[in-house]
Amino acid sequence: MTTVVTPRPSGPPDAPSARAGTPPGRPSAPRTRPRSRLGARRRRNALLWALLLAGPNVLLILVFVYRPLLQSLYLSTLQWNLGSPSARFVGFGNYAEWFAAPTTGRIVTTTLVFTVATVGGAMVLGLGLALLLNRRLRGRGVARTVAFAPYVLSGFAVGILWLFMFDPRYGLVQEVLGWVGLGSPAWYTDRPWPLVMVTVVYLWKNLGYVALIYLAGLQAVPQDLRDAAALDGASSARTLRSIVLPLLTPTTFFLLVTMMLASLQSFDIIKAMTQGGPLGSTTTLMYSIYEESFVNGRAGYASAVATVLFLVLLAVTAVQMRYVQRKVHYA
Amino acid sequence: MSAVMIDRRIPGRPARRRPPQLGGYVTMLFATVVLGLPLVWLLLASLKTPEELYQVPLAWLPGSPSLDNYAQAAGAIPLGRLLANSIGLTVVGAGLKVALGLACAYALVFLDFPFKKLVFGLVIATLMIPPQITIIPNYTLVASLGWLNTYQGILVPGLASAFGTFLFRQHFLTLPSSILEAAELDGAGHWRKLWRFVVPMSTPTLAAVALVSVVTEWNDYLWPFLVVDHADKMTLPVGLTLLQNTDGMSNWGVLLAATVVVTLPILLVFLILQRRLVAGLTAGAVTG
Repeated sequence: MTTVVTPRPSGPPDAPSARAGTPPGRPSAPRTRPRSRLGARRRRNALLWALLLAGPNVLLILVFVYRPLLQSLYLSTLQWNLGSPSARFVGFGNYAEWFAAPTTGRIVTTTLVFTVATVGGAMVLGLGLALLLNRRLRGRGVARTVAFAPYVLSGFAVGILWLFMFDPRYGLVQEVLGWVGLGSPAWYTDRPWPLVMVTVVYLWKNLGYVALIYLAGLQAVPQDLRDAAALDGASSARTLRSIVLPLLTPTTFFLLVTMMLASLQSFDIIKAMTQGGPLGSTTTLMYSIYEESFVNGRAGYASAVATVLFLVLLAVTAVQMRYVQRKVHYA
Repeated sequence: MSAVMIDRRIPGRPARRRPPQLGGYVTMLFATVVLGLPLVWLLLASLKTPEELYQVPLAWLPGSPSLDNYAQAAGAIPLGRLLANSIGLTVVGAGLKVALGLACAYALVFLDFPFKKLVFGLVIATLMIPPQITIIPNYTLVASLGWLNTYQGILVPGLASAFGTFLFRQHFLTLPSSILEAAELDGAGHWRKLWRFVVPMSTPTLAAVALVSVVTEWNDYLWPFLVVDHADKMTLPVGLTLLQNTDGMSNWGVLLAATVVVTLPILLVFLILQRRLVAGLTAGAVTG
């Protein structure tokens, strides 16, 4: 930080740098009267500007994030239907109902399968793609653009596009399967194909993001380390396992958490392709919140399910924060 | 994947294996085709006639490309109106988000005020609160305000900027304090400091935050889908739902034409401003 030693007409000499200022409202040393009055004016001025500049955003956050967060916890203790004027306090009744509901096991399993498949698949394929694009191949820029493009598109639109791709009679997927002598499964109707279909689409949409983050991580791996390993006669598989992957641990961990949070909250693709069906076989925790609250109207119960999801997400985040604070680079 | 090994070893030097390039090219080409084909297929299909779409050995190219499907889609749902809604809401929403984030970050970095740390924590913690848990209470609030089927109902609840504030703050902390102190000595007030010094020194971050906001606003689905059921207030992805529900999967050409209208604008933004957009979308990783 630069210290300006020029005489200052207004304000105490130690105050102006906002980043490391003295605590407001407590002058550090007795000053002559006009100066301290100017200091007070200055602080009042800063407070006014702070209210003006940060106020709107903070207000929006309080009204549309924190208020609903607390209200949702309260709603989860009510037996209350969306739009209904009356509600009954049931305590943990909604939670008890959720744990006992016959569908809960299926929903949790579906969520687990979908999350593991999408996160695991995206990580493995994304790393593979990143390793490929990290090589000095001509045209890799085009490949990178093509791979990343689906990530910026509307999930709902992508769902519709792939629903057409998967059409068992006229779709491109059945055509390609036909080339290798396979018939098309009943993607729309027979379990587990609808879940497989949704997973594939989710992977297609998010693969490029994972690859790009991994690519950035790979470019930070020092080339001399790889060269040294190569000189020592290590195979490229060995170099990958013993040098590259350990150095990528922070990236892997970041992606694991980010992808898990995103996957647990995914909605548009499922809404476009299966609406949670058939027979609830693609209903995840997130989708069931939508269904309970806005299709069945059971807002109190849905709030309890939302709290469960929130706790899961919070647990994932908490693990991340612990891990990041330990700064593990070489696992 | 090492189908062919090209040995480019320099004689006399220790064995240093070059990666098999041809295998790399084949894999890359394969990956590009697999990942890119669905979008090409979408565009082609939207130009096909129903006969071509439901032809059993697949017709790869439309015999005579026509915009009939687009015309029919525009007849079934007010496509022009939806496009205008989407553009308007995206521009206004992204603009306000940038402004809110910029102003908030300026206050957090350059101003001294009581409870500054608390305010910062409050803003940043929202990054960890999933929007899904806020949906039911926000819906009831918006409904009680009479904001269902209004633009403000779609826009306002999602305006709060945590991601933008965070990115701007990170950037502001790197700005040379000497310049800002010099500006202050010259008697520049906060307004002047913000516009004449901070904003011009932050254009990459501004672009990144703006582009990320454009993409998220354009693609946002669940909230506008819940808040709006009048066709004239819908955004494009919500309109696509309407078309799916009315036309169903009986008329793929029309549905796919509308899908092109939803995806093409953002695809063009991506292709033109790729570097800045990617920088914004992957910004979280640097700090994570």
